[in-house]
Amino acid sequence: MSLIQTLLGTVLFAVLAPVVGCLLAGADRIVSARMQGRVGPPLLQPYYDVRKLLGKEDVSVSGVDGLYMTCALVFTAFSGGFFFSGGNLLMSAFLITMAALFFIIAAYSSRSPFAEIGAGRESLQVMAYEPMVILMAVAFYLATGTFQVAGVFDLRHPIVCTTWLAFIGFLFILTIKLRKSPFDLSSSHHAHQELVKGVTTEMSGRTLAKVEVMHWCETVLFLGWTGMFFVWGGPATLIVGVVFALLAWFLEILIDNNFARVKWQAMLKSAWIVALVCGGVNIAVLMLL
Amino acid sequence: MSFATKSPWVIHYDASSCNGCDIEVLAALCPGFDLERFGIVNTGNPKHADIFLVTGSVNERNQHVVKQIYDQMVEPKVVVACGICACSGGIFHDCYNILGGVDKVIPVDVYVPGCAVRPEALIDGVVQALDILDQRAKALEAKRKGA
Ligand code: SF4
Repeated sequence: MSLIQTLLGTVLFAVLAPVVGCLLAGADRIVSARMQGRVGPPLLQPYYDVRKLLGKEDVSVSGVDGLYMTCALVFTAFSGGFFFSGGNLLMSAFLITMAALFFIIAAYSSRSPFAEIGAGRESLQVMAYEPMVILMAVAFYLATGTFQVAGVFDLRHPIVCTTWLAFIGFLFILTIKLRKSPFDLSSSHHAHQELVKGVTTEMSGRTLAKVEVMHWCETVLFLGWTGMFFVWGGPATLIVGVVFALLAWFLEILIDNNFARVKWQAMLKSAWIVALVCGGVNIAVLMLL
Repeated sequence: MSFATKSPWVIHYDASSCNGCDIEVLAALCPGFDLERFGIVNTGNPKHADIFLVTGSVNERNQHVVKQIYDQMVEPKVVVACGICACSGGIFHDCYNILGGVDKVIPVDVYVPGCAVRPEALIDGVVQALDILDQRAKALEAKRKGA
């Protein structure tokens, strides 16, 4: 994979992912509202939210949280760039974790007890999903013989045929990665939870707008990872990937609306057990084959 | 219309309400009225909120809390007093510990009467508050451009 290609992918991702992610976030809120018997906000509501946040007064407790969030955004863009230009999957996974770490540091920098609890829980979430992400990348390698995402186009069948168990494990941690209920421990979209905003407690205005945009980009990237399992042969099969990614996205909204938040112990244990069983068994089988 | 009016996030604080008004405030966010149609979200975090909904009158103990929440909110912001207690002290006005309406502690922009405040009245009040929010957002924008 050439450097130019990756850079081009990064720029394209940085431009397109916020647009797609914003529409997905808007649709998410409408679908959620319909599930609750409400009409819901307009499709472009997340865009209005971010525009409003950009117009708010600039107040920052530490003065550096905005900078940390900018770093998080840049790492997210590079992660998406690596993935969507067909580059290294492991690199993409590590870069998005770097973005999550900057997000956590931004929360810690405010020294607020609420933000610190949120940041602590966000770190726990990273600990919970990271093993499965690595195992997913290993399963991808064993199925395709390369870490390059573009490798799926040379296959005769989608990798989900041999890695379906790992895919189920990945779906499980997708809920944590998208910060959906029951794993929305670090921060919730809804008030009246035991810890309402957690990580973003002390963030406001521009910094919070950056958090929103980062979430949009993350959603696009993670749905891209989901779609990757269903692509084979040539670029024409990308449409199959998109369909399955959207199905997974709908499933996440359904889960989000039907479960209450769990304790962090339950999250960590279940995520690791799933990683061990789904990821571990799948990899063991692939190695024996 | 500025973007401030398209996504007003609210924070709700119960000063010394009898809970009648609180229930109505939350009812306005329920499916029957569905305030999220207008982008209104109950944030529960002063730093994210644009509209401060206070129910009940202010007393000696919680006047600092009300002030604290108001101070933590980021400009542009507006305050809506929900229910007659929040407007003037209501039936609690001559209790030994009651200071009176919310305007004894922080500047109030919109007074919504009623005991308990009806969700319809509350929605009207919030819509009026949006106009004020719009003016403030524009003023802030002008100040930023001038600076
Ligand atoms: S206005 Fe009436 S319902 Fe509302 S807090 Fe006062 S007494 Fe209760």
